[in-house]
Amino acid sequence: MFNTYQPPVYDYQRSVDQQAGQIAHHPLIIVGAGPIGLAAGLDAGVQGMPALILDDNNTVSVGSRAVCYSKRALEVLDRLGCAGRMVEKGVCWKVGKMFFQDQLVSSFDLLPEAGYSQPAFINLQQYYLEEYMVDRAGELDQVEIRWQNRVSAVEQQGEQVVVSIETPDGPYQLSTDWLIVADGANSSVRSMMGLSMDGRVFRDRFLIADIIMKADFPSERWFSFDPSYHPGQSTLLHSQPDNVWRLDFQLGWDKDPEEEKKPENIIPRVKAMMGEAMEFELEWASVYTFMCRRMERFRHGRVIFAGDAAHQVSPFGARGANSGFQDSDNLIWKLRLVMQGLAPQQLIDSYCEEREFAADENLMNSTRATDFITPKSDVSLQFRNATLALAKQHDFARKLVNSGRLSDPAILSHSSLNTPDADPFDSPMLPGAVMEDAPIEGPKGEGWALQLVDHRFQLLCFCEDATRISAGELQQLSELAESEIPLRPLLVYRRGTPPAAIAAVHDSEGLMAQRYDGRDGSCFLIRPDQHLAARWRSLDCEAVRLALNTATCNL
Amino acid sequence: MTASDKTSGKLNTEANFHHAGEPVTRPYRAGDDLYEALIDSHQGLSDEQSQMLNARLILLLANHIGDLAVLRQALAAARESI
Repeated sequence: MFNTYQPPVYDYQRSVDQQAGQIAHHPLIIVGAGPIGLAAGLDAGVQGMPALILDDNNTVSVGSRAVCYSKRALEVLDRLGCAGRMVEKGVCWKVGKMFFQDQLVSSFDLLPEAGYSQPAFINLQQYYLEEYMVDRAGELDQVEIRWQNRVSAVEQQGEQVVVSIETPDGPYQLSTDWLIVADGANSSVRSMMGLSMDGRVFRDRFLIADIIMKADFPSERWFSFDPSYHPGQSTLLHSQPDNVWRLDFQLGWDKDPEEEKKPENIIPRVKAMMGEAMEFELEWASVYTFMCRRMERFRHGRVIFAGDAAHQVSPFGARGANSGFQDSDNLIWKLRLVMQGLAPQQLIDSYCEEREFAADENLMNSTRATDFITPKSDVSLQFRNATLALAKQHDFARKLVNSGRLSDPAILSHSSLNTPDADPFDSPMLPGAVMEDAPIEGPKGEGWALQLVDHRFQLLCFCEDATRISAGELQQLSELAESEIPLRPLLVYRRGTPPAAIAAVHDSEGLMAQRYDGRDGSCFLIRPDQHLAARWRSLDCEAVRLALNTATCNL
Repeated sequence: MTASDKTSGKLNTEANFHHAGEPVTRPYRAGDDLYEALIDSHQGLSDEQSQMLNARLILLLANHIGDLAVLRQALAAARESI
């Protein structure tokens, strides 16, 4: 297998830290060079912090595994400097279609509107994603990856964590201020620490078959309930780069996974689905069961869990890796402020508060999709099939058809870091939501709203006519820029010429004003992870300072 | 349901599940909440008991709707191509 991809081999290299009797110190160590560990490392690197990533292997993901990456994940990866290659290589898509007994019954469009820098979704084999992220890490001096460095023990000693590591040259130890654990669903560090991950195991088996074929189906997600070629079960068809197609077959609990993995058993299933005449080659196959579960707490002292190591969902809805990227996105700026002494450790606890909440939403949606796809009782099956039958004619039933609610950005509307609205706004972008993207014109030409955000907080100040900004307002904004917590005021204007003294962007198509409900004078406080912390109808410096302190646990 | 729907006596088959007074942040959420509650309500029941639950539920909802013109359309739509 693997006709389309040659995995890179990353050589083990002995490091200077591997000297007997010495424990070298690194401020931040990350366990796992999968998508989430790499994202955490890259995020630290782009924010100017050193990060050391340890991985027990010497290559990227074996098999395509996670293939669907959401707009939000790509926005995060774009901030980290590696979304471009992924989007270029990936297959962009936004439409999903659901079939029942071979008839189209429902469909969705995840991004019906234009004016966003990233597509709704791309499909890309996980190994490409990881390879591009490793390449990006190579461009950042502060990020180091040590391959074939397997963590064998973790011990918290006061304000530090001592990590024992096995290598081809034997063992050594390191100490760190913070340990991020992103070593996947079967996290060995989690086991070493005697921590559990509780939830539901589903009694069903699914076969993934990646096949290479030349087919001119549109790049859409096709989900079939009870198709004639695979009666009583469901299937999924999805395209990947290199003419690879992801086929997913629900098998039922009684099937033998070892038998089902054999090519002689896979090929008839593929032929039944794609037709006898279709020519194809088998690229990769896997039989899996799945669980919906999470750790009770994501932080244990100075050890912080992220991605699948902290929470695991069923694959329906692509809520695994896509939520993991939101974990690291949420965590790294907080760690930076804490490590710089600009925020107390409660800010790290807010990572748990926000991402445990998000994990619960992901678990709920993934569990619901699974219950719809694999009904657990006769009455449940009857409701499912009644919904699908009514969906042929009725809009409300189409909306109930659940083949997976695809990953959406967390709306942290209950977060203690938010400042609740005091002024009325007419926009779904509530405090806690991710700021909406939109095309803008900045000093470097045409760009995107999301790309304005660097590692500082941003105060977006909307104004109709940039020429009419008063000296007093400029003075207020420049005083805010001198806050201890780094904050950048940014003028978002519709017309006129902004004064040189302040960073400004032109809302060239008026889409920012529209999506934010940003009227003349409206101000939006944006966190470094692009989530909205607070919004006002007019500038009030005291309110901004208070919101900034609230968003950093500095009250 | 709007006032005009109430007087028009037409069966609403557009998506209508909602949490009264709450902003809609996920378009699928209220429908999925209903679906889960529906399946959960049958938890631990025998087939016969489930049928009884469904029958009672239909009667309760039918009374809530009240308008016989709407209910007859719903009955016809439910019976179609069974």
